[in-house]
Amino acid sequence: MKRVQFNSRYLPYLFLLPQFAIISIFFYWPSMQAITSSFYIEDPFGFGSSFVGAANYTDALNSSEYQRIARFTIGYCLIVTFLALSIGMLLALKADAVIRGKSAYKTLLIIVYAIAPPVAGLIGMMIFDQHIGPFVKFAALFGWEMKVGLNYFDTAFAMVVVAVWNQIPYNFIFFLSGLQGIPASIREAAAIDCKSGTRRFWTVILPLLTPTAFFLLVINMTYSLFDTFGVIDVIVKDKAANNPITLVYKVYLDGFRGNDLGSSSAQSVILMLVVLVLTMIQFRFIERRVHYG
Amino acid sequence: MYRTKFFDHLILMAGVIFMLGPLVVAFTTSTHSAAEIHTNGLMLSIGDDFTETYDKVLFKSGGFTGQVTGLTMAMNSLILGLGFAIGKIVLSMLAAYAIVYFRFRFATLAFWLIFTTLLLPLEVRIMPTYKVMSDLSLLNSYQGLILPLLASATGTFFFRQFFKSVPDELLEAARIDGAGPFKFFIDVLVPLSRTMIAAVFIIMFVYGWNQYLWPMLMTTDERFYTLMRGIKQILQVWVGSQIPDYNEAFAMAVLALLPPVIVVVVFQSWFIKGLTETDK
Repeated sequence: MKRVQFNSRYLPYLFLLPQFAIISIFFYWPSMQAITSSFYIEDPFGFGSSFVGAANYTDALNSSEYQRIARFTIGYCLIVTFLALSIGMLLALKADAVIRGKSAYKTLLIIVYAIAPPVAGLIGMMIFDQHIGPFVKFAALFGWEMKVGLNYFDTAFAMVVVAVWNQIPYNFIFFLSGLQGIPASIREAAAIDCKSGTRRFWTVILPLLTPTAFFLLVINMTYSLFDTFGVIDVIVKDKAANNPITLVYKVYLDGFRGNDLGSSSAQSVILMLVVLVLTMIQFRFIERRVHYG
Repeated sequence: MYRTKFFDHLILMAGVIFMLGPLVVAFTTSTHSAAEIHTNGLMLSIGDDFTETYDKVLFKSGGFTGQVTGLTMAMNSLILGLGFAIGKIVLSMLAAYAIVYFRFRFATLAFWLIFTTLLLPLEVRIMPTYKVMSDLSLLNSYQGLILPLLASATGTFFFRQFFKSVPDELLEAARIDGAGPFKFFIDVLVPLSRTMIAAVFIIMFVYGWNQYLWPMLMTTDERFYTLMRGIKQILQVWVGSQIPDYNEAFAMAVLALLPPVIVVVVFQSWFIKGLTETDK
């Protein structure tokens, strides 16, 4: 904090008031309600609700459907994160290495950052469309009959490709600025000591990029967990029956389509705990980075 | 040396094609008629139906009530994007100013209450938020669209980091000159934060414009549909039709992606600076 500060009895509270009004009505109140209603079962005919303790949680965690979706979500998050990070890093390394056309590449590669997940999903659906999709025709050459929307694996494949495509620019931006932050003296010293570019990458560049990579790891996990909702909704189109969905999508389905408030809230709270852990990791890391930076 | 550069360019070009190819194809295909797309698949050439399709998507009333056009939806998206970005900047600058520049009793508590909101995205508390909004009868209104999205501390975090980097001497000098808290904020801090404000504005505008789940849930009245909601609409009609309106779907996608893309490309240096210098 600052060495010199203002002393005022009311002013700080006045400045904080708008933000607090918003977060108490739209954050704390709903969050409390989610936690409370996760311990109740709503009467289907609207005659009040009854306290059931942790039943909503145990029901959710023990249901084979929930476990299946949870397994898919974990796999989906890991694959999307891994691919988006590695392709983003590869492109950033190359964009950092070339001299000609550097800024043109940079501009072209960040464009997709601005594209909303549902729009990305819509474009992806066309590419993977059974009648008009070029990728489907391409896959058919290898005897792969793609049926996105009908076949579990094919749908998951399309979802991963679209999510990765949408997330690459974010990682690219961060890796590129991380690379540009590495002092020229270190690069030169490394170049003198070691001729092999690949080895230089593994022993010098990558360790220097790990703070960025670690930060991005958490961001990408939360992205694939939450922000891909639009991608999934557009590709699955409300027909979740045999299609892969993530846990966030299930919260939405059970709450708004199934009207099962108790179970939906319990699932929300489980997700809150997951995000809590992820964010705590991130905070710890940011502190460390500030310390070294 | 020459060879490595050649391969670097090769990989970058492959990356550019992978990233931008789908966008280019989406645009070129949208200029053809639906029947043509149905028989030929996606196309890279420019068709003859550009004006017709875009005119239809922008100005023809659609939906069940016939009250909504593409232009209305674009306006709503714009209102959401701008309202969200401006609201976010005002709220978070004020809050960050209080936290960084004032000594007061509950400062630590206030800090934690604000930053806890970073933990939980709207998606996990979507059901109860919906209930709160319907209790407040804010469904189908611009306030209802914008306010719940403002309930997170990302912006406050940006400005807090920035204010902390402002040299203390400025405040000392301002105080010697007899400037009070309001004067210091308006005459010193706001002008100093210009780049930061621009960066946050761009990031938040894109974020607001691109919102999907929340507008989808809370706008049942078609007059409040955003372009993202329109995309959902087009897909719902899609199922079961003989020849889906591929061209209109693509045109809608192009309309929905163009404004944020333009903003990001034109203001890219500010935007990248804001994004990478504060780590969210």
